[in-house]
Amino acid sequence: MAMIAADNRGLRLVTRYAVLVLIAIIFVFPLVFMLMSSLKPDQQLLQDSGNLRAFLPVGDISLQNYTDAFQRAPVATFVFNSVLVTGITVALSLLLCSAAGFAFVFVRWKGRDTLLALLLATLILPFETIAIPLLMMVAHLPWVGFDGVSWGWLNSYRVQIIPFIADGLTVFLFVQYFKDLPGELIEAARVEGASWWQIYRRIVMPLSGPIFATAAILKFLVMYNQYLWPLMVTQEEGYRPVMVGLQYFFQLNVAWGEVMAYLSMITVPVLAFYLYLQKAFIASIASTGVKG
Amino acid sequence: MASKFTVSNRTGWLMAGPAILLIAGFVILPFFLAIAFSFTNQRLISPNPTEFVGLANYRQLLGVTMVTLEPVRDDTGAIVMQDGEPEYPSLRALTRNNPDRPDLAGMREWFSFSLGGEDRTYVLARDVVFMKAVVNTFIFVLIVAPVQAALALGLALLINQRLRGINVFRAIYFMPVVVSIVVVSLLWRLIYDGQSGLLNNLLGAISFGMIEPVNWLGNPSTALGAIIAMSIWQAVGFHMVIWLSGLQTISPTLYEAAAIEGASKWQVFRYITWPGLRNTAILILIVITMQAFGLFAQIDVMTNGGPLDSTQTIVFQAIERGYGKQDISGGSAISVILFLIVLSISLIQRWLTREKT
Repeated sequence: MAMIAADNRGLRLVTRYAVLVLIAIIFVFPLVFMLMSSLKPDQQLLQDSGNLRAFLPVGDISLQNYTDAFQRAPVATFVFNSVLVTGITVALSLLLCSAAGFAFVFVRWKGRDTLLALLLATLILPFETIAIPLLMMVAHLPWVGFDGVSWGWLNSYRVQIIPFIADGLTVFLFVQYFKDLPGELIEAARVEGASWWQIYRRIVMPLSGPIFATAAILKFLVMYNQYLWPLMVTQEEGYRPVMVGLQYFFQLNVAWGEVMAYLSMITVPVLAFYLYLQKAFIASIASTGVKG
Repeated sequence: MASKFTVSNRTGWLMAGPAILLIAGFVILPFFLAIAFSFTNQRLISPNPTEFVGLANYRQLLGVTMVTLEPVRDDTGAIVMQDGEPEYPSLRALTRNNPDRPDLAGMREWFSFSLGGEDRTYVLARDVVFMKAVVNTFIFVLIVAPVQAALALGLALLINQRLRGINVFRAIYFMPVVVSIVVVSLLWRLIYDGQSGLLNNLLGAISFGMIEPVNWLGNPSTALGAIIAMSIWQAVGFHMVIWLSGLQTISPTLYEAAAIEGASKWQVFRYITWPGLRNTAILILIVITMQAFGLFAQIDVMTNGGPLDSTQTIVFQAIERGYGKQDISGGSAISVILFLIVLSISLIQRWLTREKT
């Protein structure tokens, strides 16, 4: 009897893992296909996609596609633009949205509750519904530079950065988190004569590592993966980010090997970053679900 | 309990001001501009001054009407048949230069149906492509929302087991979420390829060649389905994680009590897990619905709305007009329509999640 029961349990365990592995294969196969294809010449790539060799580094393997991709498009420029725009936006977003969250939770001021309600209302505005009027707006906005006033923000870094620094969700995440911090601590610090800046810098920031990580990861994913907006506002390649840069690989003859090499180059760093900080990534997505 | 130490108008405005100004300028203002532009003939660049046109943009987008036509009869009164079907008078005669029905001018056939009798009813739309876009978007949302929510719940239950190495599987299932939808769409374009696509080869192999290769994205009857499947594949991990955090709020003592009572797996799910997930369920449906209405990148990368407008969507139409044709007013009107749809859905959410007293 005991033997059979043990066997049953063993079998159940094997089935469970088999199911888990099968589903895992469904989720990774396109990514493995991408990586393997990026190493193969076009002709072999298309032949291999008919069988399991598509997922194996076999045949005529080289980094030729990567070299060719750099020749076909200014890959380095696209990567630089994406890193610059994403980096600046994330940094400014953390600074301004956390400051706003701080003011909404710890400071009492006129108009606070009304403005917080207004901010929350913006959560139901999908970006897609404001993209077109925003395009019209930025096409006519003034900018003061070193060479005087110019009109129109199209083809610039600022048009990709400034509209995305502050958003309702990020402020809201900070507000939610700060609400759970001990308010007496801040009150006591005020009584002791600490300035607001000291409280923010010395008390609130050291306690808020997780929420800064969450906000940074969410903003990073949104910014790095931007497609619709830069597609509309950057016609010059000098300002285009990686996702829009993909278009260069679809002019005239599509060389799939190069496409795969480019996709690998722009995806693998993000995946590596994700696998490294996996827990924080998943926690940040889960925290967006806490609203509602 | 406002103590004088925490009251400071200056600090409040100084710290919250920058974020508020940016949101006001780049989220709230464009929203009101969308409404304003939708009542004008605004173009991105135009030599002519902008004019107020009232509801013309909306009328152009949403104009739908029905006409019922009798079949054509010959001199003897018999119905003229063509290819075994009764012949009907040409719609063009009705919609072009027809002084009797000026309201039909410029309308085109959207679809037609027959209620059994000889007459045939034609549904005409002023903008057939937009109508198709609305229908496709709703099909997409109505399929994606329940299917993706259910699959995500299944995955969450699977991942919630106590098994060695389960975190590795959680990490893998979530992986597509961090990959750009643009990259994902391109990869799947190759997988769906009509000749040498992985999917066709796989189907051919498991059916020993019985299943003919399908040009998944090039065929009007499969293109939207292919995009739906891929979109679910990409986003299901996102909602799995939200379900998981919902599952973890359910008290373990409830499960222990159920185990003592000898409840079956189904009973545990039905009477403990599911009631504990009610709010998560509503939230997930709303989040998926909102995301699904924004369907754009997949279309732009994979099909451009084709074939035969079978994958047109509301957002794709808004961008094609507002950006592609520089018709800011038309694109804005579509944006406002989309907003009204999303707003009604979140009002329904409010109503569903209202506190029952």
